[in-house]
Amino acid sequence: MSDAALLEADSSASSKTKAMSKAPRATAESMAARQRDISVSEFFAKNRHLLGFDNPRKALLTTVKEAVDNSLDACEEAGILPDITVIIEDLQPDRGREAKQSRYRVSVVDNGPGIVRKQVENIFGRLLYGSKFHRLKMSRGQQGIGISAAGMYGLITTGKPMVIHTKPKANQPAHHIELAMNTKTNRAEVTEDSETKDFPPERFLKLTSGTRELGDKGEFLSQDVYVTGTSVSIELEGRYQKGRGSVDEFLELTAIANPHARITFVPPSKASEEEEDVPLLKRGKPTAAPTDAGEAQGDAPKPAQPEVTTETGGVILHPRAVEELPPETKEIMPHPRGIELGILLQMLKEAEIEKPGYTLYNFLQDKFSRVSSASAGQFCEKIGKTSRTKVADIDHATAEKLFKELQDSKLPPPPTDCLAPIGVQQLLKGMFKGVRAEFYAASSREAAVYRGRPFLIESAIAFGGELPGDEPARVIRFANRVPLLFQQSACSSFRAVSETNWRNYDLQQPRGAVPVGALVIMLHMASVWVPFTSESKEAIADYDEIRKEMKLALMECGRKLGSYLNKRLKMRREAERRDIFERYIGEIAKACGELTGEDPKKLYEVLQAQAKKRTAIADLKLDEEGKKVEDPADQEGVIVVESAMSSIASPGAGRGLEANARDADAPPMKMSKAEKAALAVAARAKETDEKTQPRLIDTGESKAKKPKPEAKAKPDAKPSKGDSKPSKSDAKPASKSEVKNEKTDKGGSKPRMRYVNGKLVPVDDPKLF
Amino acid sequence: MSKKPAASSARSAISGSLKERDKRTLSKLVELATEVATNAYKGREPKIDIPTRAKSNTNWNKKRGILEMGDATSERPLFDLKTAKQFMQTLLHASTIKDLIAAEKTSSLRGVFYKAKHTVAGTKENTFDAQDESDPILEDLEVTLGALREELHIFAENRGSMVGNITITDKGDDIDCRRMGSGGYALPSIVEPDVIQFKKCEAKFVLHVEKGTVWNRFNEDRFWEKNNCILTHGAGQPPRGCRRLLQRLNQELKLPIICVLDCDPWGHYIYSVIKQGSISLAFESSRLAIPEAKFLGIRAKDYEECELGDAVKIDLTDNDIKRANEILAYPWFAENKQWQKEIAGLLRNGFKMEVEAMITKDISYVTEEYVPQRLKDKDWLD
Repeated sequence: MSDAALLEADSSASSKTKAMSKAPRATAESMAARQRDISVSEFFAKNRHLLGFDNPRKALLTTVKEAVDNSLDACEEAGILPDITVIIEDLQPDRGREAKQSRYRVSVVDNGPGIVRKQVENIFGRLLYGSKFHRLKMSRGQQGIGISAAGMYGLITTGKPMVIHTKPKANQPAHHIELAMNTKTNRAEVTEDSETKDFPPERFLKLTSGTRELGDKGEFLSQDVYVTGTSVSIELEGRYQKGRGSVDEFLELTAIANPHARITFVPPSKASEEEEDVPLLKRGKPTAAPTDAGEAQGDAPKPAQPEVTTETGGVILHPRAVEELPPETKEIMPHPRGIELGILLQMLKEAEIEKPGYTLYNFLQDKFSRVSSASAGQFCEKIGKTSRTKVADIDHATAEKLFKELQDSKLPPPPTDCLAPIGVQQLLKGMFKGVRAEFYAASSREAAVYRGRPFLIESAIAFGGELPGDEPARVIRFANRVPLLFQQSACSSFRAVSETNWRNYDLQQPRGAVPVGALVIMLHMASVWVPFTSESKEAIADYDEIRKEMKLALMECGRKLGSYLNKRLKMRREAERRDIFERYIGEIAKACGELTGEDPKKLYEVLQAQAKKRTAIADLKLDEEGKKVEDPADQEGVIVVESAMSSIASPGAGRGLEANARDADAPPMKMSKAEKAALAVAARAKETDEKTQPRLIDTGESKAKKPKPEAKAKPDAKPSKGDSKPSKSDAKPASKSEVKNEKTDKGGSKPRMRYVNGKLVPVDDPKLF
Repeated sequence: MSKKPAASSARSAISGSLKERDKRTLSKLVELATEVATNAYKGREPKIDIPTRAKSNTNWNKKRGILEMGDATSERPLFDLKTAKQFMQTLLHASTIKDLIAAEKTSSLRGVFYKAKHTVAGTKENTFDAQDESDPILEDLEVTLGALREELHIFAENRGSMVGNITITDKGDDIDCRRMGSGGYALPSIVEPDVIQFKKCEAKFVLHVEKGTVWNRFNEDRFWEKNNCILTHGAGQPPRGCRRLLQRLNQELKLPIICVLDCDPWGHYIYSVIKQGSISLAFESSRLAIPEAKFLGIRAKDYEECELGDAVKIDLTDNDIKRANEILAYPWFAENKQWQKEIAGLLRNGFKMEVEAMITKDISYVTEEYVPQRLKDKDWLD
C-alpha cells in the first residue's frame, strides 16, 4: 500500500514539473487541460530504476530474478519440487568487442502448475496485478510488478513481445501466447495465440553442446519432469557479465537458499570480460558423469544427482539437495500492533462496503489476528463504544482513539505458522552445495515480531576450505529465499554481521566491520512482509527487532564455529603430540631391545598403538563429531568436511617416506576433494538421519548413492585413509535399491515427516507429493 | 661397598669383585627395560620412577650429621610432552651403560654423551643436543638404579690436587705424594678402594683449601712438610672424587679434615657440602660427607683480629646477602650457634674476604702465621 501512496506522490510531482517548464505563463485553465491520469505502466516505464532496471546489466539480472521468483513461488504453492531452467541467448554474438551491451533473449522454464489461458494477459501484461499483494503471506514476490515490468522493459528496448508457453494440464497441449504491453492502458495486447505440443520448447535442447549432452541423458528440460509448467521468453537490451551482482551469482545464491530446487543455467556464449569470476562459490567438474552413465542403466528414469554444483559443456547445474518442499505457509490477518492509522481507516471503510452493518466487535475479531471476543469487547469499551457499535459509526476521532488502544494493547504476538524457515539441515545442504569450505554451521531462530508482523531469521556460515583467507567475510543475504545482491551496506543484515563480535569465536575482525577470514556468512529473513528499503527489494530495513534476531542467529553459528576451531586446534595439538611420541618410540624400543635382548619390533608396535590411543582426539572423524561434545544439541546443524580434518590429523611435513607419499598423492586428492567432501557429508547425514531423527525424508536415499561412484571413480584413493571407507561404500550398493524401493512403496502409507524449526512434524498434505 | 682399606688385595680379586658388581648393575638395567616393556604389553603407560633430587626431598639426619635423600620420587611417563624425550634419553643411556659394562671400559661423561647422541630415526632431531642434557640423565640413572657413577663405568674429569706425607697405590702404581713437584697429584673422579689404596701415611691431618691458587701458595711454602699433613684442593666446589678421597682419608686413616675457605656464602656452602653432603647428591652423602670436617678460616672476626687493611674487603652483593640468609636457614646450620654467629658476623661486616687477601699482610702470612696459629689454638668452627 505504501507503494501506491508513493506512486501518487511521485506522479503528481512529475506532472507538476512538466507543466512548469513547458508553460511558464500558463493559466490555471491551460494547466488543467494538460493534467491527466498517468498509468502505472507509464510511470514505471519512466522510472524503471525503481524496479531494478537502472542499467543493462542489472536489467538482465532483474528479468531473470523476477521470472525465477515467480516460478519458485508457483511451484511451491502447487506442491511441486521446482525444476527451473534459465537460458540466456546472445542475439548479437558478432558484436564488436567494445560493445557495452547486447541483445539477449532470456527464457525461464519451470515445471510449475502452469497458468490458465485467461489469466495470461493479466499476469504478464499488467503492472500491479497479482495474488501476493493483498495478503499477509510469506512469498518471494510481494507487489506483482516484477515479470510484467521485465516484459515491458524488453518491449521498450527491443520492441519484441514476450513469448509465453504455458501448460496447465498434463494431457492437454500448451498455450503459445505472444503479448506486448500497452503502457498507456496498462493492458496487454496479444499478438499470437495458439496451441502447441512443443513444451518444454524443443528448441532449447539444441542450443549448445552442453544442452545436447545433458538433453541426451534426460537431465535437461526432460518431458518427464516438465509435465506441466510455464516458459517465458523476453528479448531485451542487456549486458551479461560475471562477478558480483551477476545472473550467475543470483542463481548460485538462489540454489543455496532453495535446496529443494533444481536449477539449470545455460549462460550466453559470450560474456563481457571485464570482471573476473567471483572465486567464492564452487563448481565441481562433471567427473561423476561417466559413473552416472553406468548407473543410469540400472535405475533408469532418474539418474544419480551429484550433490554439488556441476558444469557440463557450459551448462551450470545446481542440483536438488533436499527432496522436500518447504512447509506450506498460512495467510494471516494483520496484527493490531502492526497497522497504521491510515490503514485502519481504510479497513474500516472497506468493512462497511463489504458487509453493511458490520459491527466493530466483529470487525476487530475478523480482520485482525490474535483479537479474541474478550479483547474485542475491551477495545469497544475503552473507546467508549459498545459491542453493537457499527463500523460505519466510527468517526475519525474515534478511529484515532481505537488506533491508540490497538497500539498499546497487550495482545499475544501474531501466529508464526505463516513462516516457513529453510531449516537447519536444508541450510547446511544448500550451503554445502554452493560453497567449498571445510566447516558449515547453521541456525534457525524461533519466530519473532516487528511492527506486529511475524518474522524469522536464519543464518549459516561456511568456513575454511578453499575460501580466500585474508579478505573480509562475504555476506550473502536472503529475504524469503530470494538473494539480495545490491546495497549491502544499507541492509540490516550487514549491520548485524558487523555488530556481532566475531573475535569471540577466534576470528579476526576490524572494529565495526565484517570479520576477516575464510568465511561466508548467510542470513535469511522470512516474513509475511519483508521491510525493504526500496521497491527493487535490495536491502532489508534496519528494525531493531530484526537486527537483534539476526545477531542472535549469527552468534549461534559463531559459537559452533568457535567450538569447531577450538577442536581443530586441539586436534592439531594432539597430532603434534602423537608426532613427538612416535618419533621417540622407535628409539625407546631399540634401547629396550638392546637391554632385554627382545625383538624391538614387538614393543614398537605396542607402544605405537598406545600412542595412537592416547592421542585419539587427533583421529576424531566427522561421524564422531556430534557424539564427542558435551551438549549434542549444541552441535546440531554442523557439517565438517572430513578431508579438511584428516589433513590436520597427519601433519609432520618433511618426514621422510610418508611425506613423500603424500606429496605424490596430492594431485588426485585435490581433484576429488568435492567427492570426498560429499562422502563425508553422506556419512554425517546418514548418521543424523538414521539415528538421531526417525526419518528425514529421502536424504538417506539420495545420499546413499554417493559413496559408490566415489569408490569407483577413484581407484587411486589414498590407501592410508581408505581403511574405513571401502567398508562403507561396499555396504551401500546392496542397500541402495532397497532404500529406493522402500521409498516408492511406502511413500503413500508412511506419514511424511518434515524438519521444521528443529522439530520433526508430520506433513499431512497429500498433494505435496 | 668395602669400607676396609684394600691395600693388600690382589689384582685378580679386584677384577673378580668388579664382575660381581657389574652383574648386579647389569641386572638392574635389564630390570628397568623389562618394566617398561611389561607395562607396554599390559597396556599400561610406561614410566620410570626417579627419586627426586631437590631440597624438598632432602632430609637432615641430625644424628648422623649428614643430608639424606627422602623417599619422594617423580614419575617420568612416556606419553607426556614434558617427559617423553627424557624418557627416551634415560633408556638410551641405560643401553649405553650396558655396552660400557659389557666391554669392561669406562667412559667420561662427555664420552657417554657422544655415544648416545645421534639423530632420531627419520628426523633431524638429536637425541641429545648438549652435554648438559646428558649429565642429569646419568644422575637420574644413578639414583634410579641405586648404583654409583663408577658402577656405571662413568667418570668425570680429574679435578683437584693432593700433596703430602702419604703414599698411595693408584691402579697398581705406587705414588709418593711428597714427590709431586709443583702440580701435585691430580685427583681422579673414581677413588674407590679398588682403584686407590692407601699404602703408607705419616700425615696427621688434611688441610683442604678452596682452590688451586691458594693450594699453590701452601705447596710452595712446603706447608705440608712443615706441619706433617696432606694438602688438597677441590677447584672450588669439590667434585665427587675429591670429596670421596677426603672421606676415605678421614674414615680409614682417621685424619681430621680442616678447611681453609673464603669468608663468603660460597665458602660456607663448600664447607657445608664437604661436611654434610649436597642436595643434588644427597643419595651419596653416606659415601661423601665428612661430619667431622672443621672450618678454620677465613673468619668474619679476622678483619679485626688479624688487623687486615681495607684492601681485603669486597662488598657483599644482594645475591650474597640472599644466599647467606638461605644458608642461615638451612636446618643443619640453624642449630649451630657458632655458625649462626659466624654468618651474622659476615652480614654485619658487610664484606667478604678471600684467602688470597691475606697476602696484604705478607706473602706467606697465611701459611706461616695465620693457619699454624689457628691450628695451634684449635680455633675453628665445627
